[in-house]
Amino acid sequence: MAVPSAAAASPAKKGLWAWLNKRLPISEFISEQLTGYYAPKNFNIWYFFGSLALGVLVLQLVTGIFLTMFYKPGELTSFDSVEFIMREVNYGWLIRYLHSTGASAFFIVVYLHMYRALLYGSYKAPRELLWLFGMAVYLALMAEAFMGYVLPWGNMSYWGAQVIVNLFGTIPALGPPLVEWIRGDYGIADATVNRFFALHVAAIPLALLLLVALHLVALHETGSNNPDGIEIKDKLGADGKPLDGIPFHPYYTVKDVVGVGVFFVLFALVVFFVPTLGGLFLESANFEPANPLSTPEHIAPVWYFTPYYAILRAVPDQRIGALLMLLSVMAFLFLPWLDRSPVKSMRYRGWMSRTALALFTVSFVALGYLGLQPAEGLYVALARVFAVIYFLFFILMPIYTWLDPVKPVPERVSFHAH
Amino acid sequence: MTDHAALVTDEVDQSRRKFLTRATVATGALGAVFAAVPFIESWEPSERARAQGAPVMLDLSKLEPGQMATPVWRRQPIYVVRRTPDMVARVAGHDGDLKDPNSEHSNQPPYAKNPLRSRSAEYLVLIGICTHLGCLPKQRFEKGEIYPSWPGGFFCPCHGSRFDLAGRVFEGSPASINLNIPAYSYPNPTTLVIGNDEKGAA
Repeated sequence: MAVPSAAAASPAKKGLWAWLNKRLPISEFISEQLTGYYAPKNFNIWYFFGSLALGVLVLQLVTGIFLTMFYKPGELTSFDSVEFIMREVNYGWLIRYLHSTGASAFFIVVYLHMYRALLYGSYKAPRELLWLFGMAVYLALMAEAFMGYVLPWGNMSYWGAQVIVNLFGTIPALGPPLVEWIRGDYGIADATVNRFFALHVAAIPLALLLLVALHLVALHETGSNNPDGIEIKDKLGADGKPLDGIPFHPYYTVKDVVGVGVFFVLFALVVFFVPTLGGLFLESANFEPANPLSTPEHIAPVWYFTPYYAILRAVPDQRIGALLMLLSVMAFLFLPWLDRSPVKSMRYRGWMSRTALALFTVSFVALGYLGLQPAEGLYVALARVFAVIYFLFFILMPIYTWLDPVKPVPERVSFHAH
Repeated sequence: MTDHAALVTDEVDQSRRKFLTRATVATGALGAVFAAVPFIESWEPSERARAQGAPVMLDLSKLEPGQMATPVWRRQPIYVVRRTPDMVARVAGHDGDLKDPNSEHSNQPPYAKNPLRSRSAEYLVLIGICTHLGCLPKQRFEKGEIYPSWPGGFFCPCHGSRFDLAGRVFEGSPASINLNIPAYSYPNPTTLVIGNDEKGAA
């Protein structure tokens, strides 16, 4: 069927499609948001990760729904029901490994998606709100991942929950009663795993879906940024369409499908051959049941939290450590207002912005590595150095982006037709 | 019938409308706060959790000098150490290396706010949860066990906090206060009750 134009509801059209469109704006939606939504034609590999994140979200929802059919939250049932899924439910091992690998994959694509924004200044005006909704998705994802990690009730689940929940205890005066309220008991207990289950399968996914929808609505209002950081809406053709834009459908839907294909090949390799990825995706201590009387030899969160965890441990004072950890996550929220560069993309920025981003990248990865190591000696010293660089990236940003010798930005996007 | 006459005119009493809107919003917001109370309260420990958090007893006659027992109270391991005279002596002499030698900023009942942090020199009663982020400190009671000047105490494997044989935290540890001490009492010389003292159940 040919896709009708925006004026599809004309009386000349007949049949089911016309009947439907008179009652639900389907063709209007398609023509405004897909075939008539123009995206810059110079997207590169960095622009795969948004659609991949959406793909992983669907995977997590589907596998998660099936896991709830076999999982039984509770101090006495959680661990056993996960083992039941792994050993006795038909293909239960596959569904669980898809879900656990999906959690790590989610963070991989989200981190790359966020890094794209740092590279090309996608958080800058007029996309500040788009960036904030994206950050809200990221924060919700962190809560979702943490609570999901507690559910198998392995020993690392238990002690991870203990450490993270106790972070709230560092809040002056309010802390200790708040911790008791979160746990619903005098320790991490049956009440805790049940409420985390409710939040993990219902409350946070609902919030995530709403935030993703808002993220997409905001994206379609401003339009995508691109590797050149040029607003394609500034150069319109005679037809009123952006000269440097192409319709999202079919051009980018097709491109994204190829990306999803490549991604799931790599994903399947992990799921089928190395589902724990040497303790990075699933930690070995979590294959023994929760034991309140035995701490694992060294507690480390899953890799996607380790940069922040390294900052927490780098600080000798626990209250300041917790505060700096919170700040290290929240700092991203202020990027649109810290960055005073007149250009968006790193392609046209000077050596200062480029050096700052390079140092930040090294620090983030190094902190991620250090967060996995025991908190002793050289590891702590290095974590302190990288934590300082991490924060300087944000604190000094208004200065170096302002002084930065930028290059002239071209009128049109750089694009070579194949 | 002046009311009907007012209805057919197009005039709107803006100040009246504004007042009514604000009053409705304020009442609604107040109602929402009250409606949230039961949901928030439902997260507090249940009656069952509270009952299971009742005081626990420990028979001290079975504890040898230098040994530690680990009863569980409120899901927390309680470290009960029967200190030998040598261990008691090793609590003194390193006050300069401690963050809070006099337990000014730490949590303990008044009867444990003393250099040995206990009701009697012999028995040390601690909540065995690191005051940093809640891991279980391990016993390192021997002199020099961690480094040559180590006087004996506890070491947390998670983030490296160190405590002496009175549960006082050493400088250079991520934990900032001494190990917490629960309310406890001795109804008779060989029985320890954790979670209950002269002031009643904790």
